[in-house]
Amino acid sequence: MKMNYCLKCLLTLVLCSAAARAETVFVTLEKDNALAVVDPVTGKLLQTVSIGQRPRGIALSRDNRYLYVATSDDDSIEIIDAETYDRVGRLPSGEDPETFALDPAGKLLFVSNEDDNLMSVVDVDEKKLIKTIPVGVEPEGIAVSPDNKWIVSASETTNMIHWIASESLEITDNTLVDPRPRAAAFTADSKQLWVTSEIAGTLLILDVESRQISKRIFFQVPGLTPDRIQPVGVVIDRERRWGYVALGPANRVAVIDANTLEVEKYLLVGQRVWNLAFSPDQTRLYTTNGVSNDISIIDVKEHKVTKSLKVGRFPWGVVARP
Amino acid sequence: MSRFSYHHFTVLPGLLLAGFMCLLYSGLSAAGHLDIRIAYFTQLKKPPPPLSNLDPFIANKGIQGARLAIRDNNTTGQFTDQKFHLHEVEAAIDADVTVAFRKLLADGYQLIVVNLDSEKFNQVAGMPEAKQALLFDIATRDDALRQTSCFSNALHLLPSRAMRADALAQYMLKKRWQDWFLVIGPDEKDRLFAAAVKRSAKRFGMKIVAEKTWQHTHDARRTAQSDVPVFTQGVDYDVLVVADEAGLFGEYLSYRTWKPRPVIGTQGLVATSWHRTHEQWGAVQIQNRFKKQAGRWMEEEDYSAYLAVRSIGEAATRSHANDSAAIRKYIFSSAFTLQGYKGRPLTYRPWNGQLRQPVLLAAPRSIVGVAPLEGFLHPRNELDSLGFDQPETTCE
Repeated sequence: MKMNYCLKCLLTLVLCSAAARAETVFVTLEKDNALAVVDPVTGKLLQTVSIGQRPRGIALSRDNRYLYVATSDDDSIEIIDAETYDRVGRLPSGEDPETFALDPAGKLLFVSNEDDNLMSVVDVDEKKLIKTIPVGVEPEGIAVSPDNKWIVSASETTNMIHWIASESLEITDNTLVDPRPRAAAFTADSKQLWVTSEIAGTLLILDVESRQISKRIFFQVPGLTPDRIQPVGVVIDRERRWGYVALGPANRVAVIDANTLEVEKYLLVGQRVWNLAFSPDQTRLYTTNGVSNDISIIDVKEHKVTKSLKVGRFPWGVVARP
Repeated sequence: MSRFSYHHFTVLPGLLLAGFMCLLYSGLSAAGHLDIRIAYFTQLKKPPPPLSNLDPFIANKGIQGARLAIRDNNTTGQFTDQKFHLHEVEAAIDADVTVAFRKLLADGYQLIVVNLDSEKFNQVAGMPEAKQALLFDIATRDDALRQTSCFSNALHLLPSRAMRADALAQYMLKKRWQDWFLVIGPDEKDRLFAAAVKRSAKRFGMKIVAEKTWQHTHDARRTAQSDVPVFTQGVDYDVLVVADEAGLFGEYLSYRTWKPRPVIGTQGLVATSWHRTHEQWGAVQIQNRFKKQAGRWMEEEDYSAYLAVRSIGEAATRSHANDSAAIRKYIFSSAFTLQGYKGRPLTYRPWNGQLRQPVLLAAPRSIVGVAPLEGFLHPRNELDSLGFDQPETTCE
């Protein structure tokens, strides 16, 4: 009996830890030249892996085997084995890569080259730069529509969204948006594009079909002057029920009802919150807080911040791997 | 929101096969092609006597910023079918600037970036012919221009002396350096900066415990090592505040005072709109782009000229206009916000045309703070905690 009980305990323990490691969160640390590896369930920093200089944008390959990390000061994108954390290769990226996005098939990668006013298109398998597309001044946010019709690039100083047709890889339309657009995200149905404007402090909802602004959302946080509200990262859940916007030095994540397009509430997180990522099952949301050097973990069902965790200097990008 | 005016953009898919060049004629072309003609007016400057070989005299401060902004505007313009032109005019050293300026106005230029000292700026801004023009003053820091001249056709890009002194005062208050020893150079400009410092001291409840004027003589016995200790002896103070805008003696104060005290003001810790050590909020990007173009670091006048031309670009793109009245109207509307790599939206104060902006507190090799510092609050915009606020303005 006793033995049996112990075995049960052991079994539970093994199962629990297996469940716990069912997900790993990776955070780029801009000033540490490193990648933080986090277990989000136990809320523990597992490991810090050194990588190239000034790591910022991060993404997971479609088969979840590799991480792509833009190491801006090395002018490349590193390919990192998501199990062993070894660097297994590099992608050409053009100069000073910051953010990038993968197409739905995971074959092409689109990179912003901020200093050169270009967007680079990289063939991931061939590890080859196949095209550069001139865009506006200081391109930053990039997104690919889930239906693979559009790639959009946001130029921070030109204040525009450039619409690049996936078929031709040419700009076919431009939308003037609010000052200093930072990030863009498509809804899962590819019908809307959400764009944040850091300087105007707004979230714009663009209708993909007409490529025009259909709604402008303002944020108001009691006790903060409007100029402290600087939206950056934006994500929308698969069901298009809720959207989330990181408000930078306002230290909050805005929760937006994706049906009514009204702000539901503000969640207090760490300082200068920039980027956001869902857990694969979309029950948790992770935020990178650049100035307080931590990440916040948000329970998506409850809309509550459950934990904050020190990870290293200037956490920038975040991705969760199942 | 009706206060924003956005235009409808057309798709012209058939035109796009030729790629990049085609963009010049497509995209946001609903409003048709628009040329925006901007003039840059300056007067050749005489190099000052060199104090050291460390920092070479820069003759072209300002224009490089305007050129960079024109390039940025035109990168945007290729998508909006707008072309920005920069016409550069440089008056001779001793020339009467009003002659050349009058010609510029007669040639139809209405959007003019002006790099002149405050006396000459007063002359050109006050010309009856300039009434309809919009002048972007990128070189003066004069409080009088902003408080008594009050030209309705002028925008002032550099932080005024009052804004600079307030920025420093906020920092000194935060550090509790409450007793100031004010050292003033013999120049009129030094006196003006000292006046701004005194205003800030009063504003922030600080005390000026001593005030001395530095005299330049040719006495060979006077060296920095021997003179500064004696000059600063016998006063009990927290911080030495120096007013030496031309940089003739201020650099020699640090480490030589009788008591070990920090130096702040026009030397030591300085208040500036731009600095080579500034790299936050995307500043690295523009520092790189500027250096690539100009082969040197960006100076305050360059940054101001950049913002001036970018203000025109932003207003022209949004309002689809190229005349000074429409540009002015848009710039003063609530829709206007300019991004200036300092983490806050930049706007212009309607009461005196001063650009609202954060002021950097810079040591030679690091940024020490960015004013307004945290905790200095304001009912409308914290940037208005620097300089002459609306209730204090004497402009009508």
